[in-house]
Amino acid sequence: MDERSSEIALIHKAQALNLKKEHRRQSFWVALMWLFGLITVSILILVVGYVLLKGGTAINWEFLTTPPKGGLSGEGGISTTIGTTFYLVGLTLLIATPLGVGAAMFLIEYAGEQSLGSKFLRSMISIANFAVETLAGIPSIIYGLFGYALFVSTLKFGFSLLSAALAGACLVLPTIIRTTEEALLAVPDDYRRGSLALGATKWQTLYRVVLPASTPGIITGIILSVGRVISETAIFYVTLGGSYRMPTSVMDSGRTLALHLYYLAMDTRAFDKAMGTGAVLVVMIILINLLIDFVSRKLTAGVRRVR
Amino acid sequence: MNDTKLETINYSLYYGKFRALKDISIKIPKNKVTALIGPSGCGKSTFLRSFNRMNDLIPGVHTEGSVLIDGEDIFKVDPVALRQNVGMVFQKPNPFPKSIFENIAYGPRVTGLKDHHKLEEIVERSLRSAALWDEVKDNLGKSGLDLSGGQQQRMCIARALAVEPTVILMDEPAASLDPIATLKIEDLIHELSANYTIVIVTHNMQQAGRVADFTAFFYTDESRTGQLVEFDETKKIFTSPRDRRTEDYITGRFG
Amino acid sequence: MSGRMIADKVVKYILFASAIISIIIVLAIGFFIFRESIDAWTEIGVSEMLFKTVWRPGIDQYGILAMIAGSLSVTFGAILLGVPLALGCAIFLAEIAPEGVQAVVRPAVQLLAGIPSVVYGLFGMVILVPLIRNIDVPGNSGYGLLAASIVLAVMILPTIASIAEDAIRAVPENYRHGSLALGATKWQTITRVILPAGKSGIIAGVILGVGRALGETMAMIMVIGNSAIMPRPLSSNPLTFFLSQARTLTGNIAVEINYATGIHESALFATGVVLFGLIIVVNASARWIIRSQKYVEKAN
Repeated sequence: MDERSSEIALIHKAQALNLKKEHRRQSFWVALMWLFGLITVSILILVVGYVLLKGGTAINWEFLTTPPKGGLSGEGGISTTIGTTFYLVGLTLLIATPLGVGAAMFLIEYAGEQSLGSKFLRSMISIANFAVETLAGIPSIIYGLFGYALFVSTLKFGFSLLSAALAGACLVLPTIIRTTEEALLAVPDDYRRGSLALGATKWQTLYRVVLPASTPGIITGIILSVGRVISETAIFYVTLGGSYRMPTSVMDSGRTLALHLYYLAMDTRAFDKAMGTGAVLVVMIILINLLIDFVSRKLTAGVRRVR
Repeated sequence: MNDTKLETINYSLYYGKFRALKDISIKIPKNKVTALIGPSGCGKSTFLRSFNRMNDLIPGVHTEGSVLIDGEDIFKVDPVALRQNVGMVFQKPNPFPKSIFENIAYGPRVTGLKDHHKLEEIVERSLRSAALWDEVKDNLGKSGLDLSGGQQQRMCIARALAVEPTVILMDEPAASLDPIATLKIEDLIHELSANYTIVIVTHNMQQAGRVADFTAFFYTDESRTGQLVEFDETKKIFTSPRDRRTEDYITGRFG
Repeated sequence: MSGRMIADKVVKYILFASAIISIIIVLAIGFFIFRESIDAWTEIGVSEMLFKTVWRPGIDQYGILAMIAGSLSVTFGAILLGVPLALGCAIFLAEIAPEGVQAVVRPAVQLLAGIPSVVYGLFGMVILVPLIRNIDVPGNSGYGLLAASIVLAVMILPTIASIAEDAIRAVPENYRHGSLALGATKWQTITRVILPAGKSGIIAGVILGVGRALGETMAMIMVIGNSAIMPRPLSSNPLTFFLSQARTLTGNIAVEINYATGIHESALFATGVVLFGLIIVVNASARWIIRSQKYVEKAN
C-alpha cells in the first residue's frame, strides 16, 4: 500500500489532515529558526567585517606609532591611546584582582566556618553575595558618576588614570569575584581534606593547594575583565578625561582606544580614523575571546589529567 | 488463533557499530498482554521502543529487518502518525508541568481537537479507563506534578489512552512505585487488555506471571547483544520452558 | 598560638575585609550619587524634575521626563526587535541546529557580546543613520529611535539568547520524550511543552536584557540624536514615532557632566538616581522570578 493510505489506515482521516497541516507548520517555523540563526551570524560578519575592512585601510605603521594631533583635526595616529589602554588595564587589574580573589576566597572557603561569631559571619556573607549581584547589574555610567563624585572630586584625584582605575576596579570586581568563586567551587573537597589531614593550616591549604588548582579559572576571570576595560567607555569618559597625550604618571589624564574612537566620531567626524581605531579594538577583542577559549580548554584538560 | 498486531522479522538494531538487538522475529498478538522479560541490559527496552520508533531520536541508531503493525512496515510511515496509534508509558512517570486536565488533553489537542466539550469528555473517559477519575475529578486544575507517584503513573496512562491508540507500550511501569500502587497498575493492565494490545517490559517475573498472557524471554551474553530466546504463552514459559537459559532465568540462577 | 596559626587568623581577617569591600562599594555608590543629587531634589523639586518635559539648564529648566520617555522608548524598540531574534536564535541553537552549525553560531553570539559599544555606535553612525535618512519624512535626520533601537537590539541579543538557550536546554529530556510519544511533532513539542516549561528562565533573560538596554550610554549618544525633547511621530503616520530624535537618561548624564556645575551637575546626579532606581527594580524582579522558578522545580 502507498504511504498515504497506510497512514489513513492507522488513524482517522481528520487526524491525517491535521498531521499534514502540522508538518507544514513545522517546516515553516523550522525554516524561520534557521533564518534567525543565519541573520545573527550575518550581523556579526557585517559589523566585524565592515569595521575590519574599512578600518584596515586606515591602519599602517604610522597610524599605530604616532600620537593623535588633537583638537578638531582628527589627524595623527593612536599610539598614545594604545599606551593609555594598557596602563589602565594594568592598574585596574592590579587593584581589582587581589581584592576580588580575596573576597571570593572568603565567601567560598569560610562560608561553613564553625567558630565564634559565625552567625555574624554568615549574615555578612549573604549580604556580601547580594552586594556582588547588585554590583554586577549596575551600568557603566553609574560607576562613572560614582568615580567622578568620589575619586575625581572628593578625593581630588582629578581626571586621571588613578580615578579611572579605581572606578574600573569597582566595575570589574563582580566579574573577578564570580569567576574565582566558580573556580574555587570546582576544586574537589578531597584536596582540602587531604591537606588539612596532613596538618596544614587553612591558609596553607588555600595557598598551596586550592589556589593553584583554581588558577586557570581565575585567569579566565582576569582576561574577561581585561576585555571589559578595553571595551567600556562611559565609565572612563567621566573619570579619565580626554587628553590625547601619553600619561607619565597615575595622576595624568589620557584616552583609551574606545574613548578615542568616540571622540573621533563625535567631535572630529574623522570616520576613517575612527574605523581604524575600531578595527584595532575588534582585533583585540577577538584575540581575547580566543585566549579565553584556550584557557578554558586547558582548564578542562587539567581536570581530566588529575583524574 | 489470535490475529497478530505487531510483528518483527529478523529485526536487528545497532547503536553505531554496537549491535544491541540480533535477528528478532516475533508475532505479538492483538488485544493480549505480552511481557518482555530477561536480565538487565539485554535490550528489552530498546526493543520496546522500536515499536513507536522512539529509537529514531537517538543519533547513530540504524536497523535491519522489518517491524510491522497490522502488516504495515512502520519505517515507511510517518512516525508522528505511528505514535498516535502506538502509545507509551515510561518507567518513571513524566507528567508535564501543566494541570491534570491539560496533561490528558495534550494528545487530543495536538491532533487538532479544539472543542472544549469533546475534550472534557475525552479527559473523563481516559481518567475512568485509568481508574483515576474518582480520585481527581474535583481537582482537574491541580498540577500533574502534585500527584503521588502511583497517581502520576495512572495519569500518564490516561494521557496515553486519550489519543485512542490501539497499542500501549509499557516500559517497567511499576518500577518506581510502592507495592499497593503496583497492584493497582496491574489490575489496570488487566482491564485494558480487552481493548488494547499491551506490550510490557518488566524485571519482575512474578509480575509477568500475574499480568501477561504471553511472555518473551530475552537473553544476552558477553557480547551484550540481545536475542529473543523463547516466546510462548506465559503458563508454558513458566512451567515448561523449552530453552535451558529460560529455565535458568526463571528459577533464579541468574538475573 | 604558633606562628602558623596567627598567620591563619590574620589572613582570615584580611580576606573578610576583601569580602566586605563589595558591600562598602554598593553603599558608597548609593551614598555618593544620592548625596550629589540632594541639591537638585530639594531646590528643583521631585515632581518638577520627574514630570516636566523641558530640560534646559540655561534657563533653570530641569525636567527629565523627556529622557525617561527616551530611555523607555528605545528600550521598547530594542525589545521589540531583539527578543524575537534572540529567542529564535536560542531555539535554533538548543533544538534545531546540528552540532556543526552550533559550533559556528554559538561562538558568533559570544563574539557579538564582546564587541565594544562604541564600535556598534560607529557602525550605526556610518551605515544605519544614512540608510534611515533615506526614508522621506520631513524632520527625519536618520538619527533617532529607530537607529538606536536597532543598535541596542543587536547589543542585547547575545545576553537574551544565551540565557534563553540555557533555560531551554534545562528543560528535562523526559518532557520531550513524553510529548513525542503522544504523537506531537517536534515543533509542537517546542511550543506546547518546552517553551512554557522554560518560561521563567527566558523571561529572566529578557529582563536582564532590559537592564542592559536601560544602562547603555555611548552607543546611544552616537545614534539617537540627543535632542532633549519628548519623542513623537514626525508625521500623521504613528510609525514615524521611531524616526523621532530623543535622548536617554544615560545620554543626558554623559553629554553634560563634563561641563556642568552647581545645580546643573546635581540634576545630572539626580538623573543617575532615577536610572539606578529603575535598574535595581529590573534586576530584583529578574532574581525574584528565577528564584520562584527554582522553587517550583525543587518541588518536583
